[in-house]
Amino acid sequence: MSCHSNSNSNGKVSNCKDSNHLTFALAGNANVGKSVIFNQITGSNQIIGNWPGKTVDRAEGTLSFEGHGITVIDLPGIYSFSTFSMEELVSRDYIALEKPDAVINVVDASVLERNLFFTLQLLEMQAPLVLCLNQVDVAKSRGIIIDKEKLQKKLGIPVVFVVATRGEGIYELMGEAVNVALSKPKTKHLKYRPDVEENIEKLKQVIEKANLSLQYPPRWLAIKLLEGDVEIVKAVSALSRAVIDSAIATSKEMSSSCQEACFSAIASERYALASSIAASALQQTEVKSTFSEKLDWLTTHRVLGYFTSLGIIAGLLLWTFFIGNGLSNLISSGLSFIKPIDPALSASQPILSIILNGVCGGFNAGLTLIIPFVIPFYLLLALVENSGVLTRVAFVMDSAMHKMGLHGKALIPIILGYGCNVPAIQACKIMETRRERLLAAFAITFAPCSARTIVLFGMVGLFVGIQWALLLYVVDVAVIFALGRVAMKVVPGKSTGLIMEMSSFKMPSLKVVLKQTWARTKSIIYIVFPIYIVGSALLQALYFYNVLTPISNALSPLTVWWLGLPAAAGVLLILGTVRKEFVLLGAVAIFGTTNLALYFSPVQLVVMALVAMLYIPCVSTVAILGKEFGWKAATTISLANIAAALLIGGLAFRLLTLFV
Amino acid sequence: MEQKTTQDYLKTIYNLAKNGDLVSTTEISQKLEVAPASVTEMLKKLSDDDYIKYEPYKGCILTIKGLREAQKVTRKHRLLERFLADTLHIGKDKVHKEACQMEHALSDEAEESLCRLLKHPDTCADDGKTIPACDLPFSNCEECIKLHNQGLEEVGRRNKNLISIRELKDGKFGKISFIRGEHKILRRLLDMGLTPGTKIKVVKVAPMDGPVEVAVRGSKLALGQDIACNVFVEVEQPS
Repeated sequence: MSCHSNSNSNGKVSNCKDSNHLTFALAGNANVGKSVIFNQITGSNQIIGNWPGKTVDRAEGTLSFEGHGITVIDLPGIYSFSTFSMEELVSRDYIALEKPDAVINVVDASVLERNLFFTLQLLEMQAPLVLCLNQVDVAKSRGIIIDKEKLQKKLGIPVVFVVATRGEGIYELMGEAVNVALSKPKTKHLKYRPDVEENIEKLKQVIEKANLSLQYPPRWLAIKLLEGDVEIVKAVSALSRAVIDSAIATSKEMSSSCQEACFSAIASERYALASSIAASALQQTEVKSTFSEKLDWLTTHRVLGYFTSLGIIAGLLLWTFFIGNGLSNLISSGLSFIKPIDPALSASQPILSIILNGVCGGFNAGLTLIIPFVIPFYLLLALVENSGVLTRVAFVMDSAMHKMGLHGKALIPIILGYGCNVPAIQACKIMETRRERLLAAFAITFAPCSARTIVLFGMVGLFVGIQWALLLYVVDVAVIFALGRVAMKVVPGKSTGLIMEMSSFKMPSLKVVLKQTWARTKSIIYIVFPIYIVGSALLQALYFYNVLTPISNALSPLTVWWLGLPAAAGVLLILGTVRKEFVLLGAVAIFGTTNLALYFSPVQLVVMALVAMLYIPCVSTVAILGKEFGWKAATTISLANIAAALLIGGLAFRLLTLFV
Repeated sequence: MEQKTTQDYLKTIYNLAKNGDLVSTTEISQKLEVAPASVTEMLKKLSDDDYIKYEPYKGCILTIKGLREAQKVTRKHRLLERFLADTLHIGKDKVHKEACQMEHALSDEAEESLCRLLKHPDTCADDGKTIPACDLPFSNCEECIKLHNQGLEEVGRRNKNLISIRELKDGKFGKISFIRGEHKILRRLLDMGLTPGTKIKVVKVAPMDGPVEVAVRGSKLALGQDIACNVFVEVEQPS
């Protein structure tokens, strides 16, 4: 490990390698299963999803294998090493400059040709390569059988068959990677068409003669210069004008002899080679229609597609509510022995009763209001995320998203925002421009995360009616759409079009889904629970000694007059900025009961939940917004949220009192 | 006058043709505000000149020759619309009428310059329809920009019939021949396997002008309408 962390500070890795500690990088196209393999190898809990672009920052893990300490880096999924996105640049520099001991190129066996296009680029970089052919089972079921020996021979690198979700082939893969790392075999030089190859060779010799002090291999530099790669041209022109001049002359020659622009000719060549290698290694290519394709028909159908999209979101909510409600009742009846301290004691020993009440109440509320709803919600979210249905929703909803200046892919982070806004905002990196990332993040801050769903169900679902809770969801979707349109007009710029790989449907692995659910639930149990139990005692004490009254009073023009809420709502909304669950839990603590209907009228519950859903995002969300987009954007978004919440909440209060 | 009428008819048939169905005389007469009898007469003439295939009482369909002529004039029309709206800032409701007058007088050279000046626009200003591809033999716009100083007369003309995959029916194949537009998107598409000459199949189109799902090199991609209208494939028959 020390070797690796040094490497970042002085920029040189090659000097400090000892054969006992190895560094492997996982590289490959988006959505081929790199993160599944990463989790299998390192035993960590990277969140997995069946949609392209999920790993946004590189993840790191360590393990020990046959006496070697190994650091594994999970690079983001990319299709090429051009420099049009941050992910491509980061991955390229990592492989070329930090020189990992082995690069495990993860390849989706069903889409061999397209994946090999990337493999060829890794070979151009002379990376020490192992080809990990993943999902061979899925490929086989579709009638695609691959000849391992032939592929190995053609590419000149070891090939390992893997079924990552079941852990098959992982051990062999690690063995091969260690072999490659220790023996450092020379990479085979795969030749392109003679006239293309000739030009590359000519430029390569010029580069070798110029003796540039760059860490990249000369042939790769030659190819990149011919492609007109902006970063490389910049780096080389700082060192040698002669090489650049020669590159320009050679590319002119090449484009006239190929009758095609150089970058296009090189891409065509790579694909021609990838195609011929794939064709020779494929034993059978008669593609069978599978169950997955029938599901595909259903989810992208002209009419039914909308219903499936709608059904997924509505289903997620209904399932959460009904399962959650049942579980909640079960736990409540199981916990009925925990009772508030009897009033006689509370008169004589106020402090003790406050502490006991607070702790019991906190424990009780957490167990009956949070856990039962969160677990089924996360369970279904993990299923949805892993099934591949999200890209279908993105496909069907693309034209609607254009009305908000976004394209369909933006819907993926927005739906993830229903789980938690923080990773959802990070996932906005799948969008191409900063403007789109910002617009998507803005929409996400209005997406009711699991915490807000709890508030909604705990206040409105339980005490007013599930139909009202669902209505609030519909209102929320309308708000997202309307404000998204406003934001599109305010933020200048042009939208880009959708280019998205349609991931195939997969039966989500139960193990993965359960692991993911637990990873997400864990943070609630370990972090929110303790804070809340202590906090709830503290809150009761503060309330008892009237410390909170000035705060409530100061906010009462907004809360009482404009929103029609009880005065205590001011404190609740402030608590909610830490985590949105605290709006509900705080109410339970202050009023000392989980039966909120005693203290709130139905209209107040609806307005309270609506405001809680829309107002300022919680501190973690504001922090991630600040980190990703700067504090100006984070503040603007927060203020917009508060304004929208107050406006809509006040209107809702007046409308509801008119009719109810 | 003769040429103008021919072009107007071809343009109208091109615009009315959907999914390879025959375009009826009634539709044409309504669109051009000409009596059905005159339309029938004109269609016979166009059929004689091999611009259309005409089936009496059923309607007509463009031949390859007709398609190319129709695309040419439609392209000029839509480029002019863009020019009038974007550069001259003429109201979007007025550009169509104006362009109808100008399209017949615009030379091919002026058309090419207009395309470069407007940075290779893909859709027209008023109704968002696709501007057909030019008939220069390039596979992307950069080759055109690079070579235009040397004079484009020498490079010759494209002898393929191109339509954008936005206009391709579900389940139809085509060979990628030309990708229009900015470098970044072009490179992204090349990386995804849409290199010139590659066979591509339209799997389905999402409703409400949604994305086009294509199958290429064993993978499936969703391309938004704004991308799809820039990907041109070679076809043997007008759809």
